Amino acid sequence: MNKEFIKGNEAIVKGAILAGCTHYFGYPITPSSEVVHAFAQLAPKTGCTFLQAESEVAAINMVYGAAGCGVRVMTASSSPGISLKQEGISYIAAAELPCVIVDVVRSGPGLGNIFPEQSDYNQIVKGGGHGNYKCIVLAPNSAQEMCDMTIKAFDLADKYLTPVYVLTDGYVGQMMEPVTFPSEVKKVERKDWALYSDKASKHNLVCTIRMSAEEMEELNIKLQKKYAEIEKNEQQYEEVNCKDAEMVVVAYGITSRLARTAVEELREKGMKIGLFRPQAVYPFPKDRLAELANTAKVFTALELSNGQMVDDVRLTLNGKRPVEFYGRMGGVVPTHKEIVEVLSSLYKKHLA
Amino acid sequence: MENLDNTIGKPQSFYDTFERKPGKDKQIVHYCPGCGHGRIHKLIAEALDSLEMADETVFVSPVGCSVFGYYYFDTGNIQAAHGRAPAVGTGVARANKKGYVISYQGDGDLAAIGTAEIIHAANRGENMTVIFVNNGIYGMTGGQMAPTSLEGQKTATSPYGRDIADMGAPIRMSEIIAKLDAPVYVERVSVSDFKNINKAKKAIHTALKAQKDRKGFTFVEVLSACPEGWKLSPVDAIKRLQDVMETYYPLGQYKNELETRPTKAEPLPRPSDKDIMTALGVGDKAAIINVTDTFVKNFKEQRVRISGFGGQGVLLAGTTLGNLAMHHELAVTWLPSYGPEMRGGTANCHVMINNSVVGTPVVDKPNVLIAMNGPSLDEFENTVEAGGTIFVNSSIVDKKVKRTDVKAVYVPMTNIAEDAGIKKAANMVAVAAYLSYSKAMDLNSLIDLLKVNFKKKELVDANIKVIHAAKEYVEKNCM
Repeated sequence: MNKEFIKGNEAIVKGAILAGCTHYFGYPITPSSEVVHAFAQLAPKTGCTFLQAESEVAAINMVYGAAGCGVRVMTASSSPGISLKQEGISYIAAAELPCVIVDVVRSGPGLGNIFPEQSDYNQIVKGGGHGNYKCIVLAPNSAQEMCDMTIKAFDLADKYLTPVYVLTDGYVGQMMEPVTFPSEVKKVERKDWALYSDKASKHNLVCTIRMSAEEMEELNIKLQKKYAEIEKNEQQYEEVNCKDAEMVVVAYGITSRLARTAVEELREKGMKIGLFRPQAVYPFPKDRLAELANTAKVFTALELSNGQMVDDVRLTLNGKRPVEFYGRMGGVVPTHKEIVEVLSSLYKKHLA
Repeated sequence: MENLDNTIGKPQSFYDTFERKPGKDKQIVHYCPGCGHGRIHKLIAEALDSLEMADETVFVSPVGCSVFGYYYFDTGNIQAAHGRAPAVGTGVARANKKGYVISYQGDGDLAAIGTAEIIHAANRGENMTVIFVNNGIYGMTGGQMAPTSLEGQKTATSPYGRDIADMGAPIRMSEIIAKLDAPVYVERVSVSDFKNINKAKKAIHTALKAQKDRKGFTFVEVLSACPEGWKLSPVDAIKRLQDVMETYYPLGQYKNELETRPTKAEPLPRPSDKDIMTALGVGDKAAIINVTDTFVKNFKEQRVRISGFGGQGVLLAGTTLGNLAMHHELAVTWLPSYGPEMRGGTANCHVMINNSVVGTPVVDKPNVLIAMNGPSLDEFENTVEAGGTIFVNSSIVDKKVKRTDVKAVYVPMTNIAEDAGIKKAANMVAVAAYLSYSKAMDLNSLIDLLKVNFKKKELVDANIKVIHAAKEYVEKNCM
């Protein structure tokens, strides 16, 4: 037995430390606080640096500073806190620094409440702060993936020199499940662009200002090329019963767990229905989804939002197939019965 | 003290030519005539030279006229968002624990938009030196009011003069920083004349040396002229600096605890990977429970809702069950009700157990309900699937289950726990009663698990007693 029954938020921290993360700067906010608690608890025992910052803004700028020094560094927050961090994330993207940011999404807008929503999709997936940038966004739906995707997030951040989000919600964060952790601590190589406070690195510069329009456009073009590369290489998804499905349900994170139970039940009732789950939402797994439009006749996006990911489904399918949407907001999680009813009525509407 | 008199020529800690600077002239700084920044840069570079710190220093350029600090300093360079230099510097200092950090900031950056960052970096005693250039105006953005602009000062955003009643009084940062416990050295200097420049040079040197000696946070405020922003000739600007600025902002040391302050502790070496793994509690462990394939194959899905008062250990009952299921090689999720729900006095959790994959972790329709108190029975009785089982804590709940299509099992959970000597173990009675009745998982395996998970032997023994008492009660009265 090498499993541990553990909360998703805590699995993130153990995964991070095993990924070679040595620095954490954060500010507590429900429902992400287990992340900050677990790191504070484990940091002194694992040689890591933990600092509770005075604000979300300060925390992300500490991440910027530490990332500029080549260490693996992370922060975590929840929606209103992420809104505050967006300025710093824009700088991190512009300076092409690697770091990992966890967003345990809660309900909004405003102070909202602490119940789960998926309403940060647009601010996380489409850039969020100022400027022409994007971040890689991984969307775990289990405690195991909270660990695995955090580790992967650090690797992708270093590979592409970009901030990487782990986008999750109050349910996946609070839920406990068995997790198998890797049995080694990753080594972090010296980065030739980073500032190590030594002679060999002192001519390095971490900077986001480009005085001329041409130079600034050059940086922007470089970033767009990087995003194109990411879109080519890093699409990631899981599918359940999609091959012969006439209706494909698209859902990520906690909603995909709810959808899975419903889809399996409807299959048993004879409906040809499948589940397509983006495991990364940027890059959106558009290649496979577009391919499914050759066989499936209708697509339904399920979200805990006003319909944000559904835009990416529509962009991907580009009018080829009808796209339906069902969402709840405010922290309301649809019941199993509700999802089954919604999906079966949409199925009948299009396919009966 | 090191030689401070070597002021002739370009310091070593400046680049020979300013290659990062656009345009043809790579020899002179970008600042306006009469501006103090160039002078202050030079004082810093000279101090870095004489202290031999440049190679290990990271210079943080702010937003403001000194945004291009990295054109000049032959050190590591990082450029920060507006006001965030002390936070960026904190990140650098915490990553490079043996290096040095200079956060160079103007008055808008430090005393307006970055007030939180400077106060807290100072309050933590970060091992860094902040050079705060106070010229009482926003230079880069075109002469707007700074938090340090003086009373009556006309700027682009105080065109009728700064009205203190409306816009607040000019803020004295050195005085504020010096009031905090952590900073070790705070001084206000001015680059107005030869005598003051020499004092500024000494202050910057002292601050950087303190950082080199790992004494913590040092802060040097430098009053400086901005002829362009003040709309004065360089000569008149110096006169205003001396007559007006130095009057409102008195020069001198506001704090100096260099003699008494201990050196900060050396960073500890990183633990071995093995120690890290141990601290994380990960790695292979001996199996606690032997599970057969047949057991897993025949396992019937359990959708459990456990509910009660906060303090009855409802959540722990759920995690215990979840842990047990994991050790039985089953798929399992545990989901708590959280936040305001819990603060309201009731707590409940969802436990889903099956032999393949758990989809939704939400138990809308339990086939097992454990109601530890009356309100829980009221709330969840009707959600239970027909044919399901409701376990009622009959020590507290007087009423009976109304439904006739479910099984009702009444166990005086609180009393059994009290009789066995641990008042708080009603939750363990609940789990043991459920397992004894349903036989979903072997009760003895629960005991095996407790033996591994509880460190104190007395606690294990007491819980075993509780489990046996629960089992006996259920077998005698409920089967």
